[in-house]
Amino acid sequence: MKLNELDLNLLNTIADLKGVPSGALNIRKDGQAVIRHSSPNISITSLADKPGIKIEIKPGTRDETVHIPVILTKSGFQDLVYNTFIVGEDSEVTIIAGCGIHNDSHADSSHSGIHTLIVKKGARMKYVEKHYGEGSGLGKRILHPTTNITVEEGASAELELVQIRGVDDTHRVSTARVHAKGSLKLVERLMTHGGQRASSDIDVDIEGQNATAQIFSRSVARDDSAQVFKASLNGKTECMGHVECDAIIMDNARIQAMPALLAEDSNAVLTHEAAIGKIAGEQLIKLMSLGLSEPEAVQTILDGFLR
Amino acid sequence: MLIMENVTMAVDGDDGENREIIHDINLEFQPGRLYAVTGPNGGGKTSIAKVIMGIYKHSRGRILFDGEDVSELSVSERAKKGIAYAFQQPPRFKGLTVTDLLGIAKPGMDNLAMRKYLRDVGLCPEDYMERDVGPGLSGGEMKRIEIAQVLAREARLSIFDEPEAGVDLWTIQKLLGIIIQRFKNNDHATAVIITHNENVLPICDEIIVVEDGLIKERGTPAEIWPLIKDDIECKMKEQCRGEMLYEIE
Repeated sequence: MKLNELDLNLLNTIADLKGVPSGALNIRKDGQAVIRHSSPNISITSLADKPGIKIEIKPGTRDETVHIPVILTKSGFQDLVYNTFIVGEDSEVTIIAGCGIHNDSHADSSHSGIHTLIVKKGARMKYVEKHYGEGSGLGKRILHPTTNITVEEGASAELELVQIRGVDDTHRVSTARVHAKGSLKLVERLMTHGGQRASSDIDVDIEGQNATAQIFSRSVARDDSAQVFKASLNGKTECMGHVECDAIIMDNARIQAMPALLAEDSNAVLTHEAAIGKIAGEQLIKLMSLGLSEPEAVQTILDGFLR
Repeated sequence: MLIMENVTMAVDGDDGENREIIHDINLEFQPGRLYAVTGPNGGGKTSIAKVIMGIYKHSRGRILFDGEDVSELSVSERAKKGIAYAFQQPPRFKGLTVTDLLGIAKPGMDNLAMRKYLRDVGLCPEDYMERDVGPGLSGGEMKRIEIAQVLAREARLSIFDEPEAGVDLWTIQKLLGIIIQRFKNNDHATAVIITHNENVLPICDEIIVVEDGLIKERGTPAEIWPLIKDDIECKMKEQCRGEMLYEIE
């Protein structure tokens, strides 16, 4: 199947793809894999029992990137997909996921991606997922991602989960188990506008000795949108964990932030910070004194905050 | 170049009463000169600067910049006309870097020029260019970055609001020295430094003393410095024998 201009624009927005990249790739469009290729070290195969793919990265693979973007352009399409990633021992890999929805009709389009990530002993994985919605219809653009992560001994996983704009409704669920000397860094960046709703529910168990987990959330809520952020860190042994949620609230928006810590060992060190506030007048004046107009100053502050 | 004509600025106090902060100020800043504004805290120095920049709105009078009445112009418009203001306490931004701010201050500025401005204010470009102008920086670092932005703007009128406030002793002389060096005997740019610094006041072209929202004195350092010297100079200098690390040329 050929990709049209709309498809390519969506792919560019969510995965910075200017064309078809080399290396392992799976592009899913309206529930079908339209382009797929594996690389010598990364195999992509269909799951036998349910819709979705299995991505296996060979142990020792270095500096490779796999792209698995999803686009939805058929209005009213409800996509459900299960993806499993196995990042082999001592490998180093970047996974670029993401979902873009174009909906011009009155019917809701939705994508639910259920991802299982297993980062094997000593491996290092970076996972980037961008969500974006566009189109003129009243039909909603809905994304419900679920991400279950296992970080094995001495492995590290860094996840960057970004919702750019245009997603009407999202409920994100992320769970993680971090084993001895493993490290997890989960970064969420989110912007909601109009009447959008977004919630994120993160639950991390730090199970192994000297493991670390960090969760950072930066979000902006504009217009009448509403956000709920819940992050719970559970330190079961000698470990370190930190949750930070920082939000800019504007217009008539609503934001709820609930970081939670649970320590089950006296050597667990867990911390959290949460802040919600509007853009300070001083910040606007400062940028205006450098020659920006007020709307430019607001945009500059928001772009920086969500970068 | 900039004229304040009978400018009064008032604010509504907590008790609901309208309180005048500056009263009927008449001032003229001429091209190519270096002005020092001094006087006791709470006297109205920063208010005058913020009224010029448009941050505070004056309630009476006019402000003329190159003959044009800029009284109704916004902060951005006055900035574009060539007025720059270095904040006494610059705000912080999460996610904006030093490079971002310098790029906004002077659009199109190349990397080399940015490096030069940072070095000028005593910051190593390698360490600072990609740093967030956020909570990770000290007050002194924020001030240096602030001054670098205003220098980079190359505005026709630059106002520096107490560049020495919140800066360590080692840095004060250097920062002030850079400002003096840039504006002393520079026919193309005008600068106003709000300062109490005993090394700066005597070498400016003119000193303006502001107290209780009024211009109390103005004149050359030869005229004014003897009048205010006793209030400003350190009386313990002889006993303490502290020596300046940097001398202002």
